[in-house]
Amino acid sequence: MNRNVKSLMMKAGFYLLVAAIVIFAVFPFYYAILTAFETGSALFDVNYLPESFSFSNYLSVFEGQPFGRNIFNSIFVSVMVVALSLLMGVTASYALARVKFAGRGLLLVTILSVSMFPQVAVLSGMFELIRAVGLYNSMFGLAISYMMLTLPFTVWILTAFMRELPRELEEAAVMDGASPWTVITRVFLPVMWPAMVTTGLLAFIMAWNEFLFALTFTLTNEQRTVPVAIALISGASQFEMPWGNIMAASVIVTVPLIVLVLIFQRRIVSGLTAGAVKG
Amino acid sequence: MSEVVLKQVKKRFGPIETIHGVDLNIRDGEFCVFVGPSGCGKSTLLRLIAGLEDISDGELSIGDEVVNDKAPKDRGVAMVFQSYALYPHMTVYENMAFGLDLAKRTKDEQRERVMAAARVLQLEELLDRKPKELSGGQRQRVAIGRAIVRKPKVFLFDEPLSNLDAGLRVQMRIELTKLHEKLKSTMIYVTHDQVEAMTMADKIVVLRAGSVEQVGTPLELYHHPQNQFVAGFIGSPKMNFVPAVVIEVSQQTVTVKLDSGKEVTLPVDGSGLDAGDRVTVGIRPEHCSLADQDTALLSGTVEVVEHLGEAGLVYVQAGGDELFVARVTGDTAIVTGSSIGIHARVEDCYLFDQNGQARRRLDVDNEPLRAQLATG
Repeated sequence: MNRNVKSLMMKAGFYLLVAAIVIFAVFPFYYAILTAFETGSALFDVNYLPESFSFSNYLSVFEGQPFGRNIFNSIFVSVMVVALSLLMGVTASYALARVKFAGRGLLLVTILSVSMFPQVAVLSGMFELIRAVGLYNSMFGLAISYMMLTLPFTVWILTAFMRELPRELEEAAVMDGASPWTVITRVFLPVMWPAMVTTGLLAFIMAWNEFLFALTFTLTNEQRTVPVAIALISGASQFEMPWGNIMAASVIVTVPLIVLVLIFQRRIVSGLTAGAVKG
Repeated sequence: MSEVVLKQVKKRFGPIETIHGVDLNIRDGEFCVFVGPSGCGKSTLLRLIAGLEDISDGELSIGDEVVNDKAPKDRGVAMVFQSYALYPHMTVYENMAFGLDLAKRTKDEQRERVMAAARVLQLEELLDRKPKELSGGQRQRVAIGRAIVRKPKVFLFDEPLSNLDAGLRVQMRIELTKLHEKLKSTMIYVTHDQVEAMTMADKIVVLRAGSVEQVGTPLELYHHPQNQFVAGFIGSPKMNFVPAVVIEVSQQTVTVKLDSGKEVTLPVDGSGLDAGDRVTVGIRPEHCSLADQDTALLSGTVEVVEHLGEAGLVYVQAGGDELFVARVTGDTAIVTGSSIGIHARVEDCYLFDQNGQARRRLDVDNEPLRAQLATG
């Protein structure tokens, strides 16, 4: 076979594969967007191009339940989770990466092993704890229980990153008269932004999408976060599934994540690869 | 006054002792260089003085104050690191002002001090740049500037030039020497490079395996090394060691027989030596000259000739385990494989006893050193 033809076919094959992957990844969301704009029986016709363009679903989502309040709850919980995770992650990783103490390796492994338990396994125990401290049906209870899910990877990523920071940088600051807290806030934090953004975003996504804890630890509509609220959107009767509303709600809550990721994507990439190669 | 005095300073990491009781007296305004092979403890010793490591035993005083338990910032010391360790997110100005800011100095005072340091180090143009926009030499100057602004009693340098290329290193060496003249502060400088030690130091401390081998001026170490280790460490290329046997001892001389069969009488203190003792004769490459094979101290076959331009280094297989190095004129016509004889004047030779301890040389014709020894 001619070399040109061969390379052309290789190229075609490559792009076909890319197209397949993109379709597989994006189509479900695309279909959700399409469906969200449709009403009535059009919802159940299979179509791949936009046919109607109605915002009624978006409006009715906010009418049927306190969806605005749910979105606020989600933002509140997620932001709190990110803030708490980063605060505790950074301080813990400083100790784990920089301070020599007995049992450091064991502690790191223990922290990691926490993330191995399936959520269901700790669900009832966590429920008791949350109720005992009086945080049942409260967003603070949710935020604190999410720490269990975010802290292991936050601490691990930040510890790995902090280990890569040159020891002399810290020592220079110590010679300049910096306390450990000053070293963290004025020397390490500015250098660690990429890692913080990466872990912060991962924690945000995790908290934003979490379902099981959110379902179990809240009782009333006003305290629910978005994933639970969407799952509990109900139609006029028991036999009706309001797909239009559900799709519209899903689109509404996915867009902020996409925007966040697009804003920070450069940072994420540099954060994920930082420390992999020296330089 | 800011002299630095170490009394029996020891450092243990767990059960392992790495610094074995160092006694040292560094005078106010002195440029003191710690030198030794890697792993000799010179950096650890510097970090003990800086306060980055705790002293396990002994006493360290700076000025007239014992500072064992003081935090680094309260010791009145500033340190320049090998990797510069500049804060990457701060400008040159912020880097230099950081310590002052932490010490709660007023903005005006910060500005004044940073500007003064920048002037001394010619950094005025670069104050708004970030470290990544600077060359290696510039970064090193910023690191030095960061130390200067704190007006420390003692400057500590941890191999500050070893990340620079050869040309820049020589230039920074001279700048550092000039800086020392200007500031007249006590400076302690760690290096593994004996050329840096010889060129910059008022006082050299040679360390090996956590102990001080010898302390002295560069010329003292060169002409009167206390033992074979110091003799081999100071000078480049390193001193040649030739095994020999003592034949005859008098008060002012020792006559030895080299393994080559040649007998020589060296003007060194012979007390304690007896005929028949095994000794080692040290001959520096730069003291060698070419000679007829019958009158030469040693002779052998040339294995390698290195042309440095201003001189040539000839490596001769003269019967020992190691090749004998001789420094000859740059336009030497010696070729590999030829047989040559090597001679050295007896007053240029060194003698070490069985334990590697040097015998006192009694006839060193070096006027500056004699003057130095007479006054000091």
